[in-house]
Amino acid sequence: MTQLTIAKALTNGLRAAMERDPKVLLMGEDIGKLGGVFRVTEGLQKDFGEERVIDTPLAEAGIVGTAVGLALRGYRPVVEIQFDGFVYPAFDHIVSQVAKMRARSLGKVAMPIVIRIPVGGGIGAVEHHSESNEAYFTHTAGLKVVCVATPQDAYWGIQQAIETDDPVIFYEPKRRYWDKGHVDLDAASGGLWSAAVAREGTDCTVVAYGPMVKTCMQAAQAAAEEGRSLEVIDLRSLSPLDLDTLCASVEKTGRMVVVHEASTNGGLGAEIAAAVTQRSFHHLEAPVLRVGGYNLPYPPSRLEEDFLPDLDRVLDGVDRALAY
Amino acid sequence: MSAATGSTATDTTTADVTTDDITTDVTADITAADITAGVPAVGDGGPEMIQLLSPEGQRVEGGSDAGDYTAYVDALTDEELRGFYRDLVLIRRVDTEATALQRQGELGIWASLLGQEAAQVGSGRALKPQDYAFPTYREHGVAWCRGVDPLNLLGMFRGVNNGGWDPNEKNFHLYTIIIGAQTLHATGYAMGIQRDGAVGTGDPERDAAVIAYFGDGATAQGDVSEAFTFAAVTNAPVVFFCQNNQWAISEPSERQTRIPLYQRARGFGFPGVRVDGNDVLAVYGVTKHALEEARSGQGPFLVEAYTYRMGAHTTSDDPTKYRVSAEVEVWKLRDPIERVKAWLAHEGKADGEFFAAVEAEAEELAVHVRRGTLDMPEPEGTTMFDHVYVEPHQLLAAEREQFAAYQASFEGAHS
Repeated sequence: MTQLTIAKALTNGLRAAMERDPKVLLMGEDIGKLGGVFRVTEGLQKDFGEERVIDTPLAEAGIVGTAVGLALRGYRPVVEIQFDGFVYPAFDHIVSQVAKMRARSLGKVAMPIVIRIPVGGGIGAVEHHSESNEAYFTHTAGLKVVCVATPQDAYWGIQQAIETDDPVIFYEPKRRYWDKGHVDLDAASGGLWSAAVAREGTDCTVVAYGPMVKTCMQAAQAAAEEGRSLEVIDLRSLSPLDLDTLCASVEKTGRMVVVHEASTNGGLGAEIAAAVTQRSFHHLEAPVLRVGGYNLPYPPSRLEEDFLPDLDRVLDGVDRALAY
Repeated sequence: MSAATGSTATDTTTADVTTDDITTDVTADITAADITAGVPAVGDGGPEMIQLLSPEGQRVEGGSDAGDYTAYVDALTDEELRGFYRDLVLIRRVDTEATALQRQGELGIWASLLGQEAAQVGSGRALKPQDYAFPTYREHGVAWCRGVDPLNLLGMFRGVNNGGWDPNEKNFHLYTIIIGAQTLHATGYAMGIQRDGAVGTGDPERDAAVIAYFGDGATAQGDVSEAFTFAAVTNAPVVFFCQNNQWAISEPSERQTRIPLYQRARGFGFPGVRVDGNDVLAVYGVTKHALEEARSGQGPFLVEAYTYRMGAHTTSDDPTKYRVSAEVEVWKLRDPIERVKAWLAHEGKADGEFFAAVEAEAEELAVHVRRGTLDMPEPEGTTMFDHVYVEPHQLLAAEREQFAAYQASFEGAHS
């Protein structure tokens, strides 16, 4: 066991993956000497060289497009998109090429590409630096989409994402990069593709991922002090969804609130609500509710606390679920 | 003529500019003819264009640097030269048959290569087995040169798959429909070749290059500019092969560019050459040179094959809406096949018996294409769930099961 921030857990995970497989390459803007704007790749270019830790031109379509070619040549590119709002120039390559290549080739080629994206708000940033765009990618067949919430999952999750032959959108909770936690460097790898029960409870299930897991854990603590028992599920994998874990929980509690920073309209919460309702309808005491960002462009940072779900809004959602 | 140039000079382009002189002010040497090539698109490519076989079938040295490429052509054996002719005829026959199949309802759509055979065969035959080609959706002639059965291409146009051949078997990637995207894939692949230590070693069996095909329309795409940038700064072994067929569906090349396309390379820091795309010898020579430069570690190279799309963009298109037939008539005189036939016959490199044998082979190939298309098995519905992911996927597995059960529920319903 060792104490690491999420950022450093990712660094160590990347290092382990690169040591294990010489085909693993890192690509992105400012990831070499600078170590990335969040320092996740710090020291890796020095240790693995410029051929494996590539400072790319400032062009996201170019980064992902060339990653496709490297993957076709047998490499395993790990791409860093500097901020969530910068991924859109690469959208075409992600949805038209990366996601579809396996099917188009009738299984003859694979796209083992990991696209790392720092996600979400809460850091007082300027426009385009605080977005939660996971629904665009969970909607896209052929991609896997994950979002880690803890240093332990960051360390093992990035390695699992690199090891899979399917393309992975790997979201990193930007505002939690500097949160510390225990990492068992010797544990068996596993768990990224399934949801984790982060806290057991009996009255209501709260589903979250990435930055909202911590918020929901704090909400569950506050609720416990008022005598309410919340079960918190850390989704980890956004696509595919671990419906077994979600439904097992809601069949116990009878209520579910899905929490995410992203706008609710057409979001992951809507998908979870539909899927869980379909499968566990007779166990539900209330409709599956959503707590998320409002349906507007991400606001100026002075307003982001009003926009983002926080402890009180999570508890408000729980109150509404329990009121049925 | 375009008023924007303020010039009515005839096609006198940039004879004083060398392709490696990247500091030259390119705008100073542009003429109206360069810019307006395509309205109507009857420009002859200008004095910079490399041409080694005239439309009349004469060996020439057209273009100020033509001498740089003649050695590659002089090294070709008569058998190889006859092989070029055979390729040109066979792939045109495949194209004709595919167009007919589409008209008869057997293909959903077809993108004809008519008129571009020399650009594709000349470049395709310049490739070594270890090189890798990234096509658009019109490179049927390149596919042929790589040994890909035309039936593999027709599967996509018939709608039984979206490609489906193994790209690594012949080093010929799947067709890419998104315009220009494959130029980045090609560049990335070339970066992989660099990392494999398969460039600049001097070992002719090991050193490899990539060729990226795209059209004049694609040059307007950001992807192509990004590919030029990535290739230039990484010195990647990639040859960008632009078939300027003068038309991007209905838009002439003046809607895509204000300078001759080959000159774009200078702005990115690598050489660019315009070649007569209807001259299989010149295309072969220029591409062979470009690939050798790339394999030896000299970095990227742009080849602009100046050609003409004789047919429609695809079978869904109607070119009579936007271009005049006189233009097509001019280009008929520049046919890529007739000039080779005339030259081979005149030089005594091929005789009537050879030409007849090629015609007979073309008819056999057409039968293969037709029969093979009609015999393609209809894909089973459940196969659409296959190969979306490498690893098992719960949602897809469940949907596949539901779909199969739903389909099965109709069994016997109409009996």
